[in-house]
Amino acid sequence: MTTLVEIRPAGDSAVVVELGTEIDPTLNARVIAIAAQLRRERIEGVRDVVSSYAAVTVYFDPVRTNFEALTSAITRHVTSPMPEPTPTLVPLEVPVCYGGVYGPDLNTVADYSGCSADDVIQMHAEVTYRVYLLGFVPGFAYLGRVNDRIAMPRRETPRLSVAAGTVGIAGCQTGIYPLTTPGGWQLIGRTATCPFDPARDEPLLFTVGDSVRFVPIDEKAFRQAIGKSATGGVT
Amino acid sequence: MGIHVTRPGMLSTVQDLGRWGFQNLGVPVAGPMDRCSHRFANVLVGNPAGAATLEITLIGPELVFEQATRVAVTGAEFDLVLDGRTMPMNESVPVPAGSNLRFRERRRGARAYLAAAGGFDVPELLGSRSTHLPSRFGGLAGRALAAGDVLRLRPVGEKQMKPVRRQGFPLELPQGGARVRVMLGPQDNLCAPSGIKTFCTSRYVISGRSDRMGYCLTGPPVELVSSAGTLSDATPTGTVQVPGSGQPMILMADGQTTGGYPKLAIVITADLPLVGQLSSGDWLEFEVCDRAVALRALIAQERTQLV
Repeated sequence: MTTLVEIRPAGDSAVVVELGTEIDPTLNARVIAIAAQLRRERIEGVRDVVSSYAAVTVYFDPVRTNFEALTSAITRHVTSPMPEPTPTLVPLEVPVCYGGVYGPDLNTVADYSGCSADDVIQMHAEVTYRVYLLGFVPGFAYLGRVNDRIAMPRRETPRLSVAAGTVGIAGCQTGIYPLTTPGGWQLIGRTATCPFDPARDEPLLFTVGDSVRFVPIDEKAFRQAIGKSATGGVT
Repeated sequence: MGIHVTRPGMLSTVQDLGRWGFQNLGVPVAGPMDRCSHRFANVLVGNPAGAATLEITLIGPELVFEQATRVAVTGAEFDLVLDGRTMPMNESVPVPAGSNLRFRERRRGARAYLAAAGGFDVPELLGSRSTHLPSRFGGLAGRALAAGDVLRLRPVGEKQMKPVRRQGFPLELPQGGARVRVMLGPQDNLCAPSGIKTFCTSRYVISGRSDRMGYCLTGPPVELVSSAGTLSDATPTGTVQVPGSGQPMILMADGQTTGGYPKLAIVITADLPLVGQLSSGDWLEFEVCDRAVALRALIAQERTQLV
């Protein structure tokens, strides 16, 4: 594999390893593998290793290590042969109640795409998505890649409050709001699945590299799932 | 038994040195806005640097101690009244059971830190006791203090160091604004050269839309090469992002883990506590420095703290 890698400082206590500028599953798998490898190495002074679409950021304590030492350690790992990417896992299934009060932008996305709301649901639910990165708030997974036809850009004005569990689209990305927060994505449905629950043994549902599929459900099933979720029966 | 909160103050949260190691899951670091004052408060009462303190913002609380302990208040300068008497800041003070501590007028700085011997006993979540307000987790029930809360203290163990009664304070508190040093990058190439010049030669004011997540600045707009965002990637604390409006934003302790706006520069670690002592209406000026200067400043700062 070609290794066009750029390593540069991000302030005095982080290093960015840039492996590309594309949203691409193979590139992202490589980014995740390098991040995992650097984490396993437990390099002196490293505080955190974060992977994104096409870059790895290494946070370090500048009193305990320095940019030059880290750069050479990173270079060793980036240029060494990488293990084969792990085979695709069984996708995590996320049941979604599309449209209505749960997905107020479903019809807007349908108009944008020049198709029916049902077509949007079908196009959204027929793809197995990849968790490219987690960011924004705990457990928010950036999932790709959304069918180009329904890849509607963000709203011009973000909403001040988007309910936890709401599923949205922003360009070629889709995702689930883990918490009630402001948000600018096009909202198409809602799930009872909580990507982040601090009370759970494993607070975070997704990890980078996971596969995710959305399964359309009706309102009755959604309400049942919400009821169970409130009593701790459903993750 | 613990510390009873009679009045919570404007925004008082439990913070330790932050939740490191989970940014890959989208979990922000949080932690104190002024790491120096947080640590100094702990040192004064004999706690390790990572013990949980109370970060107190702009308007301080009123507290009743249900048990005897030792406390220290550092950071933003407040008039403190302990049982009707003036209590000094930046000193280790024994507090008898039943005492009442009131934060009165604030003179300088934005955030004070109260440490008590043993540290505050809130559950550890993902390895940290820090409150992350936007996620509503960590600290005391994931929120700021409210009237009627009781903050429990961890037992003072054998490892507890001797409290040090030390005068003086290493962090020079800002008055009305600060000039801080930044390292350019990692995406200064997305700002026009004229934009970088504007950024380094202008005075910016911290707007009302500013909190522990970040400060929105108002001032001369920084020109970008292109207004298109980049692929989201990691955003260290102190990152200066420039959105399409050209009005810079600085990500602070509760800032999100990733972002897609061009990252023009990052405030050096040694100057972050100074930024943490500013609030809405204060000004900021930026001076570009290199890594060697940033590191020298940090080592000098660490030395003064370890005396």
